[in-house]
Amino acid sequence: MRKSFEHQLEDLNQDLLKLGSMVEERIHKAITALKNKNDELAQQVVENDDEIDDYQMEIEQECINLTALQQPVAKDLRRINMVSKMATDLERIADLAQNIAEIALELSASDYVKPLVDLPKMGEIAQEMIHDALDAFVNSNADKAKEVAQRDSKINDLDEQILRELLTYMVEDPKTVQQSNDLIFVSRYLERIGDHVTNICEDIVYIITAERVSY
Amino acid sequence: MMENETKTIEIKDLDFYYGDFQALENVTFDIPENKVTALIGPSGCGKSTFLRTINRMNDLIDGTRVDGDVIVEGDDIYKDEIDVVELRKEVGMVFQEPNPFPKSIYDNIAYGPRAHGITDTEKLDEIVENSLKHAALWDEVDDRLDQSAIGISGGQQQRLCIARALAVDPDILLMDEPTSALDPVATAKIEDLIDDLKEEYTIVIVTHSMQQAARISDYTAFFLMGEVIEHGPTQKIFEKPENQKTEDYITGRFG
Amino acid sequence: MKNNNLQYRHLKEKFVFSILGLTLLAAVGILGLIIYFIFSKGIGVVDLEFLTQMPTNGMTEGGILPALLGSFYLVSGSILFAAPLGVFAAIYMTEYADKSKTLRMIRIGVNNLAGVPSVVFGLFGLSVFVKFFNFGVSILSGSLTLGIVILPTIIRASEEALMAVPDEYRHASLALGITKWETIKRVVLPASIPGIITGCILGVGRVAGETAPIIFTAATFYTANLPTSVFDEAMALPYHIYALVTAGTSPKQVPLAYGTAVVLLFLVISINLVATLIRNHYGRLND
Repeated sequence: MRKSFEHQLEDLNQDLLKLGSMVEERIHKAITALKNKNDELAQQVVENDDEIDDYQMEIEQECINLTALQQPVAKDLRRINMVSKMATDLERIADLAQNIAEIALELSASDYVKPLVDLPKMGEIAQEMIHDALDAFVNSNADKAKEVAQRDSKINDLDEQILRELLTYMVEDPKTVQQSNDLIFVSRYLERIGDHVTNICEDIVYIITAERVSY
Repeated sequence: MMENETKTIEIKDLDFYYGDFQALENVTFDIPENKVTALIGPSGCGKSTFLRTINRMNDLIDGTRVDGDVIVEGDDIYKDEIDVVELRKEVGMVFQEPNPFPKSIYDNIAYGPRAHGITDTEKLDEIVENSLKHAALWDEVDDRLDQSAIGISGGQQQRLCIARALAVDPDILLMDEPTSALDPVATAKIEDLIDDLKEEYTIVIVTHSMQQAARISDYTAFFLMGEVIEHGPTQKIFEKPENQKTEDYITGRFG
Repeated sequence: MKNNNLQYRHLKEKFVFSILGLTLLAAVGILGLIIYFIFSKGIGVVDLEFLTQMPTNGMTEGGILPALLGSFYLVSGSILFAAPLGVFAAIYMTEYADKSKTLRMIRIGVNNLAGVPSVVFGLFGLSVFVKFFNFGVSILSGSLTLGIVILPTIIRASEEALMAVPDEYRHASLALGITKWETIKRVVLPASIPGIITGCILGVGRVAGETAPIIFTAATFYTANLPTSVFDEAMALPYHIYALVTAGTSPKQVPLAYGTAVVLLFLVISINLVATLIRNHYGRLND
């Protein structure tokens, strides 16, 4: 029944997954660039942002087409609207990754006050969250989406911890203020990425259960 | 707009009259090959009349007159030397109400090929099976081909009528509101079928339901008072129509 | 007040229905009376011998075999002549002819033909078939004359049967690139054949009882031999009744006349019954 509509919905899923993996890769590259002072990698993240923007708009257009031409209702309607919203969240995440890459370029000339440990850890958690959230989306697994949303607290905790740590550095040695400030921003960006993933998880729960939740 | 597509039907400056009443005025557009073209518009806008100019079914009505050109696969079908019988072999038609003959399912499908002179039983069997498979009906009726076609459901009857049209191997299929007498489940089956059929056939469908046109067609022509107000890719018509009248109609703010 | 009104209306209803019921009863009663009258007077003489023997002793004894056979030949001949002619005429009128004035005139003509007194057909048969074509007083002349008598019935029945075939069938067939004649042959005729057959059978029932058209064209008062060719004269059931009663030389002949009438009545009723059965049978199938 409605074979072509089913195909188009499946295509839409695939496109969102593709966007998700592009965004994941972007976070990975930005954090790696920051950690290893790899200018080339950071440059890639900064320069290829258009690619993500185009892809997000393509998904949005697909959603508009499906709404206009297929008259979706119930779960289909929720799915199409939420996919459009999730694509926007993913695009914002990519923007934040770009901001991180820009900071990586700024900091690459100087030595870090200490080796970066917690920030890469946050980046890893954020990446995993995106990956697992999209997994929950594909498998229509509301429980998993809820579980992924819970992980945001870990990112928040790390963010606070990093803030406190960097504040002590700044108080001890004013020369580190500039660098610490930049790293606080990175931490804040990663925290915001966590929030976007939480939104995505809420949307997934809504698609599956038709219930609005917030974490 | 259709640069990469082959035009199967070209309509140029087509006027159509029932006696003194002008039902179509200056209709001009092309219908591409292996695509679904939907004709939409309010009742009495001329969309069914237009559909019937393509296989000259309007000839059956007394006192009609045609001006302009309808070119099907390169031939102007209103030229004197055109054989209407041959034209209708190439241009099949499916009607609003399912209209199977009061014969068996098998005889309904074999009807056209038999009338065109095929008598070989094996060949007929093959045509019947292929046509029913093409019309996604074979699995539902393969064990009762000798039963009366009047006994199957309305949706099955309509797919039978599609199979009957396919059995004479046309290139073009005209459909005149083929699902208006059917329930939503049967409608969805026919819509799926149309989507499959466009791989091999050029389909022109008149539909009362804009939603249906949106779902199944590649191109849409909007008729109003015998004129084509707008014609273009379905997506464009339904997302950013150029003409205000089109927008009013598809958004339900007509009149 | 309201109640009174209601009662009055009910009473009026009952009265009207009673009147209508009585009229119906009267009609059926008269029919029953005729059948009862004929059967009670004639059934006594009807047995197998009556049906299979020649009349003997100046038609005062014996059977009605030659009249039975004669009627059979005449009716068969008339149907063989009128059915194809009538059906083709009906096909032309419904399927081919323009819906023009000429067609309306033809239709009025056909309908009027049905109202012409049958003795006029008899005279026509006499002057055309017997005299002009020189077929003589014969089964052939009689069959042709009877054929003309039932032609309007058959044309009208066939026309109605053809018009009852939904246009959807014609359109479906024409849209498949099939010619008009093939469409008529393969769809329209098969769908209308029950109606056409019913019309023909009713025609048979009618001509089986016709006397006037055959008096001058085919029927003979008495013949000792069964007919051997279409150019022979023949006896026929209705004329045999007429002959028995009008000859009136022996009182023995009157029961024989009633016996013949019983046979004729039985045949006509049976034929009509068959027609009704066929119609009902196909009516159900087409629903």
